[in-house]
Amino acid sequence: MKGKTRLDGQAGCYGSLAAVFLLLWPAGADAHLVSTGFGPFYDGVTHLAVSPDDLLSVLAIALLSGLCGARHVRAVLFTLPAAWVVAGCLGLQRATEVSVPVANTLSFMVVGALVAVDLKVPWPLIVGLAVALGLFHGFLNGTAIAQGGGGVTALLGTSAAVFVVVALVAGFVVALRAAWARVAVRVAGSWITAIGLLMLGWAFRA
Amino acid sequence: MMERLERYGRLAALSIVAAVALWPAAAWAHTASGEAGGFLTGIRHPVSGLDHVLAMLAVGLWGAQLGVPAVWLLPVAFPMMMAFGGMFGLMGLPLPGVEIGIAVSAVVLGVMVSAEARPPLWVALAIVAVFSVFHGHAHGTELPEGQSGLLYSMGFVIATGLLHGVGIGIGSVHRWDAGRVALRVAGAVVLVAGIFFFWNALT
Repeated sequence: MKGKTRLDGQAGCYGSLAAVFLLLWPAGADAHLVSTGFGPFYDGVTHLAVSPDDLLSVLAIALLSGLCGARHVRAVLFTLPAAWVVAGCLGLQRATEVSVPVANTLSFMVVGALVAVDLKVPWPLIVGLAVALGLFHGFLNGTAIAQGGGGVTALLGTSAAVFVVVALVAGFVVALRAAWARVAVRVAGSWITAIGLLMLGWAFRA
Repeated sequence: MMERLERYGRLAALSIVAAVALWPAAAWAHTASGEAGGFLTGIRHPVSGLDHVLAMLAVGLWGAQLGVPAVWLLPVAFPMMMAFGGMFGLMGLPLPGVEIGIAVSAVVLGVMVSAEARPPLWVALAIVAVFSVFHGHAHGTELPEGQSGLLYSMGFVIATGLLHGVGIGIGSVHRWDAGRVALRVAGAVVLVAGIFFFWNALT
């Protein structure tokens, strides 16, 4: 009996060892999805991750809607990506990339300030904000994606990423109940505003 | 029993060695300039000067001493006002006596923490806001060329906010008698350092 227990223990350890080897074994990333046709889609998804100005705007409106409540979150969750796609399609038609750094900075700075002061934004206003942000950043994205040789598939990837970020962040914030947690969200808003102020300085750098 | 434990210990050690040996690690041999470099430089900048670090920690300590709502409002106010100063610094707008202002901020905040001062909330906010402009202006004029402005700013603000968080975390010892004394001693240390910075700024 004792020998059987020892054997079971040894088998378990060797099994664990094998599992560790298998889990950590380096495997190909399959990063180039040419064969599947999903490459441009994932290009669009990662576009948001490598565009901090877009990401800050999405984070800011997600935090704001989360502070305002579930009804606001549901509205932003669908209007922001939808406006992003519509304006992005228009942007794809432009031959040149559009760059408006000051307006870009103001877009996330203002929303960050609303988060910092914990303003109870009325429902129509947050829908308007989400639509305006989606149209603005979507259009800029569209012009940039067009210059990079991308198309509607990439744009859909970006919009899907926007949807996921809003769902995760706003869903997390709306569930917060502790007072200190709400303040932590406001601190995040103040950071976004501070980043915006510094960016204005960069834009007008002497 | 001991024999079995030793055997399991050896297997556990072997597993750890295997995990470390097989863990895929990127070389990061070529950091793209203006991208990752901008963020990392921004993160490093606020912690590169002792005068800035002490002042930001002191804000957190003082906030913890003052309690709610100051402990929340001061860390919200400081980054925004500091960024305001940073914006002026970037634009090239002059602010006289920046180094003296930074040194005086350490002196004043050191006095506040060591004396466990409890002024009205608006006074505490005004003190923090005024001095944060000096810190921000100094940072704004020192920003290096060739960085990604947005990533640099993100790293810079995040590092500043985390320093406040460290100060508030340390300040949480305020709930104990010995902790209150320790905080006042820490305030005295900031005060002495501030006097040293002030002397350096004058000479």
